[in-house]
Amino acid sequence: MPEPILEVKELVKHYPLTQGILFKRQIGAVRAVDGVSFGLHQGETLGIVGESGCGKSTVAKMLVNLERPTSGTISYKGEDITRLPARALKAVRRNIQMVFQDPYTSLNPRMTVGDIIGEPYEIHPEVAPKGDRRRKVQELLDVVGLNPEYINRYPHQFSGGQRQRIGIARGLALRPEVIVADEPVSALDVSVQAQVVNLLERLQDEFSLSYVFIAHDLSIVRHISDRVGVMYLGRIVETGTDTEIYEHPTHPYTQALLSAVPVPDPRARAIRERIILSGDVPSPANPPSGCRFRTRCWKAQERCAVEVPPLAVPQWFPSGPRAHPSACHFAAEKRVVPVTAPPPSPPPAAPPPAAPPTGLPGEERPPGDR
Amino acid sequence: MLLEVRDLHVEFTTRDGVAKAVNGVDYSVDAGETLAVLGESGSGKSVTAQAVMGILDMPPGRIAGGEILFKGKDLLTMREEERRRIRGAEMAMIFQDALSSLNPVLSVGAQLGEMYEVHRGLSRKVARAKAVELMDRVKIPAARQRVGDYPHQFSGGMRQRIMIAMALALEPSLIIADEPTTALDVTVQAQVMDLLAELQRELNMGLILITHDLGVVADVADKIAVMYAGRIVESAPVHEIYAAPAHPYTRGLLDSIPRLDQKGQELYAIKGLPPNLLHIPPGCAFNPRCPMAQPVCRTDVPPLYEVTESPVPRTTACHFWKECLHA
Repeated sequence: MPEPILEVKELVKHYPLTQGILFKRQIGAVRAVDGVSFGLHQGETLGIVGESGCGKSTVAKMLVNLERPTSGTISYKGEDITRLPARALKAVRRNIQMVFQDPYTSLNPRMTVGDIIGEPYEIHPEVAPKGDRRRKVQELLDVVGLNPEYINRYPHQFSGGQRQRIGIARGLALRPEVIVADEPVSALDVSVQAQVVNLLERLQDEFSLSYVFIAHDLSIVRHISDRVGVMYLGRIVETGTDTEIYEHPTHPYTQALLSAVPVPDPRARAIRERIILSGDVPSPANPPSGCRFRTRCWKAQERCAVEVPPLAVPQWFPSGPRAHPSACHFAAEKRVVPVTAPPPSPPPAAPPPAAPPTGLPGEERPPGDR
Repeated sequence: MLLEVRDLHVEFTTRDGVAKAVNGVDYSVDAGETLAVLGESGSGKSVTAQAVMGILDMPPGRIAGGEILFKGKDLLTMREEERRRIRGAEMAMIFQDALSSLNPVLSVGAQLGEMYEVHRGLSRKVARAKAVELMDRVKIPAARQRVGDYPHQFSGGMRQRIMIAMALALEPSLIIADEPTTALDVTVQAQVMDLLAELQRELNMGLILITHDLGVVADVADKIAVMYAGRIVESAPVHEIYAAPAHPYTRGLLDSIPRLDQKGQELYAIKGLPPNLLHIPPGCAFNPRCPMAQPVCRTDVPPLYEVTESPVPRTTACHFWKECLHA
C-alpha cells in the first residue's frame, strides 16, 4: 500500500482543569483525545463515529490545526505538521480544509457569499491573482450546484442545504487534497441530506479528494466511508473497513452502538436484537481505569479494570472479516445489523442470527423482545 | 377515540404576510396507540401539536378553522379555565430540548412537585415525596439524593427522563412528545424511547410522537401521518407505509435512506427545497419537487384519497397514488 497522505500517531489533547484565580493550579485534565492513531490514503474516505464527548470533533480541529495537540504527531505526506514553523504551516494548511457542522453559525452573516468563498484567497493569494478571484468564486458556486449569479447575496438568503454548499465551496477554494468534514449533514433536513452527501461524493471523484468524515449518523457514514473508526471517550475502540465494522463488529461498544440505531423498517422490530447500555458516558476528566468502556460493558471482568486493551487485531481471529483492530480483551463477533430486504450477497461465514422476515412480520414477536 | 383533530388550520401573521403553517390537518389517536407525525422543519408538525396543547403563541398565531376533539369535547370552544384543568393533568407534552424547557433556578424536585401542588393541592412535603417516586419510576438512579439537584447537574438523557416524569406526573391519557430524542446520542435515545414505550403500555396512554427520524418511527409507531407544507399528505399503518408508500414525498423520504446494496452509488435525493409557507405552490404543494408531477398537479389541490378502509383507514393526498403505490 502506498504511503498515507495523512497519518496520525498517538494523538493526545488534554484540556487543563485549573483552580484559583491569581495563582492557577492545575488540578486535572479533561482527556478529550487520548492516544488516537489512523492513516488516510489518497482518494479514501475515513469515517469517524462516536457519541457526543468522545473526542471526534477535537480530532477534527487538530487535523486542521485549530487546536494544538498536547502530544502525538500528524503527518501530511510524511511531514509532521504539529511542529512546523509558521510559514511552512501556512503552506500545508492550504491542503487540509474543513467543512463545519452548522451552516447557520459557520458563515459570517455580514459577508456576501462571494466574500466568504473568496476569503481563503486573501490568505493564500498565490492560488488566485486578485483579478481572477471573482471568476474562480463563480466557478466554485457552479461546482457545488448553486447559481453563480448569487455571488452578491448574503447567507440569510439561503436555506440550510444551500448554506452547507457555500461552506463546501469555501472548503474547496484552495484546491485542498484533504477535507475534514465535521458532521456536515446533521443540521440538515432529511430530504436535503441526501443531496449534500451526493455532492460530497461527486466532488471526491472530480478532485480526487480524501475525506475524514465525522458523524454520528451511522447509516450515512457507512454509505460514504471506505474505512470506519469507532471512538469512545477519547480513544478509537475499533477500526476496519465498512463491512468489517458493520457486519462483523467485535467490540462490545460498536455492537451496542450499531444495535441502538433505529432501523427504518418496521419489519426489523421483530428480528433485531437490541443492546441497551445502562448509564451515561463517564466524564473524560476522570475516565475509568483500564478499558474505558468497562463501566457500561456487559462483558467486563476484573482484568478490564487493570489492563488497557490495545487496539490490535485479536490473536484468536487470524483471518477473515473478523480480523481487524479491536480494543477489547474479549473481542467476539456479534452481528447486530439486521439484513433488510433486498439482502446483499451474504458473506459465506457467520450466518445471521435471525432469518430474514417472512409472511406478516411484526405480528409474531418472541416474548421478551422489546 | 381519545383525540381527534379535524380540518385544523393555523396561520401566523408575519411582516411579510400570512404564513399558512397548518392547512387542514386531520388525525386521531386512541388510548394505548402511538401515532407518529413525520415531517421536515416547517411542515407544521409542531404547530399542530401546540394547537392541541393550547400553547400556541396567539398572536402572531391564529387558529383559522377546524376542531380538536379530546374525549369527544372540542378544546377550541372550551373556556380557558376548563382547558387549563385538562392541560398537564389529562394531556401533557415532552419537549425536545430538556435543558431549556426546565427552570434552571428551581431544583428538579420542586418542579416535579409543583405539578401536585398546583393540580392536586398537596402540601410541599407530600409533593416532594411524590417527586422522588416519579424519579424512581423513570429510573433515575439515587432519586432520593438527587431530588434537590438542579437541571444543569443532570446529563442530557437524565434531563429528558425528568421531562418524561413531569409529563407523567398526573397520569395523563395523552402524551405529545415533540422530537423527544433528537438532541440525544443513539445509545441514550434507545434508553429513553424504551422507557417511554414501557410507561405508555403501563398507563395505556395515547402517544403522539413528532419526529423527522424514519428509524425511530419504524421502531415504535402504530400509525404514521406524513406532513408536508402544513398538510398530511399520507396517513397509514406503519407496516403498510414502509412496504409501499402511496405518496411520492413519502417514497422520496424512504428512498433517500442509504441502503446496503446502494453503496458507492448516488443516493436518491428529493430535488429542490421545502416551500416557503408564505407562498405555497398552487395545486399540490409538493408538485415542484415531485418526479411524477403532471399538469393537473399544478392546478388542482389533491383531495384525500382512500387507499384502503380497514382495519385502519389509509389515505393519501396524491392524484396519482395508484401509480406511486405500484411504482
